[in-house]
Amino acid sequence: MSEVFRKQVKRLMGMLTIFMFLIILFLGGLIYFQNHPEKLYLNAPEEELVEISEQIDDKIENGIHVRTGFVADEGMDLVIQNCTSCHSSKLVTQNRMSKEGWEATILWMQETQNLWDLGANQDVITAYLAKNYGPVAKGRRQNLKDIDWYPLK
Amino acid sequence: MNRRDFNNKFSLSTIGSFLGIHFISGHLLSAKQLPVHLQDPDPYKMFGKDKNMVLLNDRPWNMEARAHLLNDAITPNKYMFIRNNGKIPQNIDIKNWSLTLDGESVKTKKTYSLNELKSRFEHHTYQLTLECGGNGRSEFDPPAKGNQWSVGAVSCAEWTGIRLKDVLKDVGLEDSAVYIGYHAADTHLSGDPTKEPISRGVPIAKAMQDETLLAFKMNGKDIPLAHGYPLRLVCGGWPASASGKWINRISVRNKVHDGAKMGGSSYRVPCETVAPGAKVSDENMCIIQSMPIKSLITYPKTGAILPLGKSLSIKGHAWAGELEVAKMEYSINFGSTWASCSLKNPPNRLAWQHFDAKIRFPKKGYYEVWARATDSHGIGQPMVLPGWNPKGYLNNACHRIAVKVV
Repeated sequence: MSEVFRKQVKRLMGMLTIFMFLIILFLGGLIYFQNHPEKLYLNAPEEELVEISEQIDDKIENGIHVRTGFVADEGMDLVIQNCTSCHSSKLVTQNRMSKEGWEATILWMQETQNLWDLGANQDVITAYLAKNYGPVAKGRRQNLKDIDWYPLK
Repeated sequence: MNRRDFNNKFSLSTIGSFLGIHFISGHLLSAKQLPVHLQDPDPYKMFGKDKNMVLLNDRPWNMEARAHLLNDAITPNKYMFIRNNGKIPQNIDIKNWSLTLDGESVKTKKTYSLNELKSRFEHHTYQLTLECGGNGRSEFDPPAKGNQWSVGAVSCAEWTGIRLKDVLKDVGLEDSAVYIGYHAADTHLSGDPTKEPISRGVPIAKAMQDETLLAFKMNGKDIPLAHGYPLRLVCGGWPASASGKWINRISVRNKVHDGAKMGGSSYRVPCETVAPGAKVSDENMCIIQSMPIKSLITYPKTGAILPLGKSLSIKGHAWAGELEVAKMEYSINFGSTWASCSLKNPPNRLAWQHFDAKIRFPKKGYYEVWARATDSHGIGQPMVLPGWNPKGYLNNACHRIAVKVV
């Protein structure tokens, strides 16, 4: 009888030990993956690359958003979200227009190019564009600029 | 899983497709979804362009030359500007490429395979000037909307193909025909498959010119992909947008073609001249036809320093849309006096013409060499910007380079 009881206790102890070990392993794993979530996926190397690019995505240097070239200012995120899905940010940053001009451009894109309704964001977007990409008077002809002087052979 | 993947996997479009709804916004499209060959971060390598070309836009691709890169008599691919309105077509199936002629004014709708076009019709080769209607846009004041081209959206390559008029004759036209409009394989930036990025055309008279080609070769080789492989309509002397790339259909219309970028302010200018910045209604806008007289100093590169007593050789090209260049002059005193350049005849109609001159500077100092061409109707280039228009087309103001004599 006592022999049977001792055997049962022993087996129970063994099972409890295994159980505790599993719990520790599970908790350890949880903590590990909490810190290294990318290891959960099989395509880990690609994810690492993406993480780097995500960091670059948000990088701002000298007031310029590095990935897009936009001036970092209020409304930039909305401009990135709404204005760079179809075309490059370069099409925006090379242009200069008044608020009215940007509004007309948005309207043209909505009428002919499948741009969606910008709702309340439109005012923020056009304010950002007019402030940072407003027209500069150039007159009928400008001086030649940025001349790279070199001796002619 | 990163944010972008999540967006791609669980975007409205995806959910929509489960529900059988088609969302055309595609505003969650990302660069990651582009095919590998269009993802290449180096467009110079991808399109075989010289490193000194200027990238204006990478979606859609737009790239221009600088004046000194255009010195060759015949523009090689590496210096040819790229102007795209939509996405370059992918996976071009050359074996199954065909051209369909349809529209209100064809006797019967007809489809030709590419091989049929090449084998059934006589081949012709011409040097043809293609200039973007918006070349020089960056100078307009108030600024005009669009890619801010400076001077380099022009080329004169050697195009080989068949005459559009031979094909039109083979199809047979009704008397009602007034215009042709092209359709092509490029796709809209928004991803909407029902939208054409651009579908322009020319009046029948231009379509019937000897030099209007359905081209399959550029400078003796297959046309590079960015320039319209495997088939391009080439209408020299007109805004280059009339020279449709990757074309697979031509509609013969009984009215002015009404495809994408034929209306509004696209490739149109005020019928009557307007003050800078004026608002112009659609009905007062007229389609640009022939490009105006223009020239470019391609040698030396701006910024040359030379010693007093040494003469300067300048070189360049001049072109006049449908017309010929009759006279070429230069000035080193901001137009106070003009001296003539020697000017070559064009090898064929609609090709640019080469000029050169030898300049002696009277004393040391800062100079600008200005070039001015005059066409066969006696119309010359303005020294200041020509008439303002909403989209900044047709800037044919004189080109100039800076020179220092020391």
